[in-house]
Amino acid sequence: MSLNDWLLALHLLSGFALTAAIVLFWVAIVAIRRTDRPEQVVAAARLLPVGSVVVIVGSLGVVIFGIWLAIALDGVEVWNGWVIAAIILWAVGTETGRRSDPEFAPCVNRAKELVAAGQTEPDARLAELARTQKGLLLHTIATVAILLILVDMIWKPGA
Amino acid sequence: MLASIRPDSWTLPLFLHVLGAMVLVGGLLVTTTSALVARGDGRLLRIGYMTLVTVCLPAFVVMRLAAQWIASKEQLDGSDAPTWVGIGFMTADAGFVLLLIALILGGIGVRRLRNGRTGLVRASLFISVVMLAAYIVTIWAMGAKPA
Repeated sequence: MSLNDWLLALHLLSGFALTAAIVLFWVAIVAIRRTDRPEQVVAAARLLPVGSVVVIVGSLGVVIFGIWLAIALDGVEVWNGWVIAAIILWAVGTETGRRSDPEFAPCVNRAKELVAAGQTEPDARLAELARTQKGLLLHTIATVAILLILVDMIWKPGA
Repeated sequence: MLASIRPDSWTLPLFLHVLGAMVLVGGLLVTTTSALVARGDGRLLRIGYMTLVTVCLPAFVVMRLAAQWIASKEQLDGSDAPTWVGIGFMTADAGFVLLLIALILGGIGVRRLRNGRTGLVRASLFISVVMLAAYIVTIWAMGAKPA
């Protein structure tokens, strides 16, 4: 196996890690939005630390190995349109994804406080915090950006 | 470069195959995380099992059907298929058996969660840990394409 084979494999694994983390965040968001019970929110929130680690590894790996691959491969250049498009979409996806995280923090923090206080009944304020439209919008934009990167990688427009 | 040697008719099945596989691995990350961090928390185990049903199963179907579609277009579904294709089919088909076992075990186990019995759902989710490990090897093989 050549270095380029390894780079492609690591680029692909990083891409899978990034999208896997996005799926994990979607599951947590849906679970949190569907309930107004503190314990349910705390349970779903236990997924988030793993997602945060995987999304960092995936988003850094995909761009590092991707650019390295673009430099190493004959016939592909970093300034090719589809490569630049992927880098821009990656920046949009990672930044909107990063900004969506704090939008859900107040909900998780309130749920933890309520559980610590022994309150397990539904809480109207918790439900309101869980249904943050800004957090949902930012995560949706991040997801669409990553989906467009996949489209770009496979169709390679202009290549 | 790759696009220039890949016919346009191959791109849609390839896109669906990769998208299905990515969502499947994402679902398995959720189920694996649930299995490892739940420590008997029935709420998180239920989220893990529901992810197996609503995310992993549909994603698996898309991934596997699209794999067959692209393999037939590239004429890679014969006995002389390269090793990396063989690894892909082997882990996908074995993974389907494991997925079915996990779904059945978990389906029974979710009913027992009301009584505080978490064993079957945990067993179901731990099967998904094995699947995730196998698919990580498969992704490496799909990318590195060992001889």
